[in-house]
Amino acid sequence: MEIPYAVQPRPDTGVYNAKMGIWLFLASEVMLFGGLFSGYVLLRVGADQWPHGWLDVRLGTANTIILALSAITTLLAWAACKVREFGKFKFFHACTLLLALSFLCIKGYEYHDKWIHYEIKLADGRIADGHIESAIYLNPATKEPLEERSFRGNAFSTVAGGTTNTYELASVTIEGRYVNDEKDLYDLRAQKNIPRDEIKIPRAQIKSMENYGPWHNTYLALYFTLTGLHALHILGGSIVIGYLWGPGRRLWKTNPEQFTNRVEVSGLFWHFVDLVWIFLYPVLYLT
Amino acid sequence: MSDLKTAKQHNTPFPGESELPGHTVDLKSYIRTCVYVFIAVVCAVSLMIWASYLPQEHFNWPAKVGLILAVACCNAFVVAGFLMHLISERKMIYTVLAFTVFFAAAMMWLTLYAMQDFPAGTTH
Repeated sequence: MEIPYAVQPRPDTGVYNAKMGIWLFLASEVMLFGGLFSGYVLLRVGADQWPHGWLDVRLGTANTIILALSAITTLLAWAACKVREFGKFKFFHACTLLLALSFLCIKGYEYHDKWIHYEIKLADGRIADGHIESAIYLNPATKEPLEERSFRGNAFSTVAGGTTNTYELASVTIEGRYVNDEKDLYDLRAQKNIPRDEIKIPRAQIKSMENYGPWHNTYLALYFTLTGLHALHILGGSIVIGYLWGPGRRLWKTNPEQFTNRVEVSGLFWHFVDLVWIFLYPVLYLT
Repeated sequence: MSDLKTAKQHNTPFPGESELPGHTVDLKSYIRTCVYVFIAVVCAVSLMIWASYLPQEHFNWPAKVGLILAVACCNAFVVAGFLMHLISERKMIYTVLAFTVFFAAAMMWLTLYAMQDFPAGTTH
């Protein structure tokens, strides 16, 4: 069955069907992100204190520029199709894919940075805050120490040659600092030249420890939800663009007009993803 | 390379292109427009960063947030207007967007309205 109005505009709407469809889809996307943004407003206005300077503005800015460039290369890829220069289309869409990959790599680095960042509440009331360097575990039976590059909980077991070995946490080493009050960790912008030392903390001193994951506080829950959903959109858009750049380009030989329309529709989605980031960046990194 | 050859075989405008005068394509003019858009985005980002570092004594957080979001809106307008062709789109698309804006604004308003609706003594 042939899809109607895949190339020519439909008389009553004035646009081809796929374009109408993508705009309706984008309308539903506006409501999805709009709901999350309104949730952000509600939670932020109701919060007693809000973190500032927890994210690296340089990385956020780099991602903003990368997404803006990718939006431009997407538009140029469509324009190249319009003037029937398929070689330029391939070049511009390859640039878009590379830029999308760069965005995701930077976002992955930021997530990892938060994942290895720990807030450790100590028995003497102080708080140790910093990035984990290593954790020393001890086998209670053999007293054999084991150094791990990440925190694996209070204890863990390994099975080797039919023998189960249990290891218990002995100490944690972080690169960070001590603070007396949790409030000192909130406004990092106001604090310049924060000292960072290697701190070794024995298990007996640790009251509780938690990394900067989405469970840490409301700000991080919102950060991971909003940027995670946005990153999924980047991934989805990249798959579509990759398909058009790869196996989907066969359509160019048989029906270049329809192929060009597909490029336009995928481009509209990509620009929407860029638009969402234009608001996420100031909301999460700058305010 | 075979794709490139295929593309060069019929170097004529698509049928129906003249029906969309706003979307007539000239690659060089598009590149020029893209350069302007990119410069505008870089300027907007620089302005937002500058605004976020304004001294706290003279600019409180609500003023800063308002200024930064105003710049972000201008940035979004440039991207939507020129990259998504919203400045020269069909009436049907504007109609869809008008409904979207209405419902999104209503959702935001409901959130703000709900914030005034806490019973006394509620903490959140």
